[in-house]
Amino acid sequence: MSTNSITVKDLRKTYKVPEREAGLKAAIKSLVARKTKDVHAVDGISFQIEPGEIVGFLGPNGAGKTTTLKMLSGLLYPTSGELSVAGHVPQKREREFLQQITLVMGQRSQLNWDIPAIDSYDLYRAIYGIPQEQFIADRDKMIEVMQLKDLVKKPVRNLSLGERMKAEMVGALLHQPGVLFLDEPTIGLDVTMQRRIRAFIQEYNQRYNATVLLTSHYMADVQALCKRVIVIHHGKLLFDGDLTQLVERFSAQKTLVLTMSDMNGKTPDMAQYGTVVTQEPNRVVLRVAKSDAPQVTARLLADLPVTDLTVDDPPIEEVIESVFDAPETSE
Amino acid sequence: MPRVQGFAQRVKTNLQVYAVGGRIAILERLQYPLASLMFMVNVLIEPIIYLVVWSSATVAQGGAVGGYTAGQFAGYYIIWTFVRQFNLAVGPDNFNWRIKNGTLAGELLRPVHPIDIDLAWNLGFKVMQVVYWIPIGVILWLMFKPEVNPQAWQLLAFPIVLLLAAYVRFFVMWLVGLMCFWTERIDSLIELYFAAELLFSGRLVPLEIMPAWAQNVAGYLPFQWTFYFPIELLLGRVTINEFGIGVFAQVAWILAAYVGIRLIWVRAVRRFTAVGA
Repeated sequence: MSTNSITVKDLRKTYKVPEREAGLKAAIKSLVARKTKDVHAVDGISFQIEPGEIVGFLGPNGAGKTTTLKMLSGLLYPTSGELSVAGHVPQKREREFLQQITLVMGQRSQLNWDIPAIDSYDLYRAIYGIPQEQFIADRDKMIEVMQLKDLVKKPVRNLSLGERMKAEMVGALLHQPGVLFLDEPTIGLDVTMQRRIRAFIQEYNQRYNATVLLTSHYMADVQALCKRVIVIHHGKLLFDGDLTQLVERFSAQKTLVLTMSDMNGKTPDMAQYGTVVTQEPNRVVLRVAKSDAPQVTARLLADLPVTDLTVDDPPIEEVIESVFDAPETSE
Repeated sequence: MPRVQGFAQRVKTNLQVYAVGGRIAILERLQYPLASLMFMVNVLIEPIIYLVVWSSATVAQGGAVGGYTAGQFAGYYIIWTFVRQFNLAVGPDNFNWRIKNGTLAGELLRPVHPIDIDLAWNLGFKVMQVVYWIPIGVILWLMFKPEVNPQAWQLLAFPIVLLLAAYVRFFVMWLVGLMCFWTERIDSLIELYFAAELLFSGRLVPLEIMPAWAQNVAGYLPFQWTFYFPIELLLGRVTINEFGIGVFAQVAWILAAYVGIRLIWVRAVRRFTAVGA
């Protein structure tokens, strides 16, 4: 019996990429002496995901996220390392394994472009051997939740990006996979669509105790769905833990939001306390080093007619940005 | 959650895939009736050119060329148009396209072999092609007055031979298509394949009119069993012995191509999953 867990041990994927200088001479030279370069897309990462967990898989473009997801779904053969997904070795691509997973790539459509999604769903029913009654019940439920009732009857090519993504999600989950690999499922969608997709993923996770590994550049996705995040950069694992810990560990700054009583038209020099993010007559947002926050707070309270003061962590996007901008470190 | 399938269940699944996949191919064709019609016209231009050329040649030669009268040439190329609808198959270039646009990756994530999806799609596609062919076939028949004299057994045997011809072409082309896992530029190989088919299948001219060396070469290749053999059978020009040899050759080529696909597919997928797309 599978447990829907994911185990990754010292996973590596190295691509051999052809390399040559620009120009005709180099092109001719490369015909006889072809040079290649090893690119370590994934460089020894390890993690364990328990059944039912939703984990955010973060990293800048080219960090190795999609390569990892492809290895986990059996689409790429690892150079080395051990993988186990729902009790199977993904690269063996056994039928039973493929029955239990799904990989949704936000930028690639799996639905037949020329026919309504509802017809493609029928093909999925046949492919996955889903009993008819169960298929109809699940399909209709998902269509209702995603508000796709009339849209699934239109050819997929006539749907908007968001509508298509919703239809993709339904198709990807009809066979009730226990492990979901979601690669940017909300990319390019408006806020409402993003929210709906998130709610759908959350509901599916709760209903089937499905394990979800999600990559997204939208931190709202990660904050809404993932308690835990795994961060990789240059193919190496940078962080694996709670989202709150990530902020604590990588955020070097604090945001102070001050509300002041009337200053009789005077504008205090706020720059002496820290970096001014915004300044209005009675409200100022400051950014200060995390270690200086207590002293700066004390000074502000002593110097100014503060009526309200909050100390926050910077937005998650900024924290993540600072993680990726930081020089490469090894864990 | 997961449905573990035994052998019987897998067979049932595959049959369902053929039925639903075939229906989807029909739906697809119905989405683009004009494109389907244009495709049909495109397919028909080639044999009509041959037909006109050879009809003129028979008149110039005093009534027959290589044992074919004008009426027999008409019969040959009109049956050609029908056989062509059946042996249309997924082309080798299709794999290139599938790898490049990521379709293959999606197919590899499903618990059925992509060849089963292709077989299903081809089934529905052929049904629609034959439907589109019927009025055109009738017009050609009335225009060119073909001489077609099959015996009863030849008429009965024709559907079997036609089906086998379709499978020969499908499996051989699938096998050739797998080469694109090893080369990003498969275009020249495809050109070579179609050139060989044109020469040695009876697609350009009946093999009997070809030089002896070409007929010999054709004997070692699968192409004649996909065009020449079913056409000649319906023309009534195949003996019972030739029929037996032909069916044996068709089955042998299907099995050979199938075994080749089984052997190469494992390596092709291994290569694809090593390099990615």
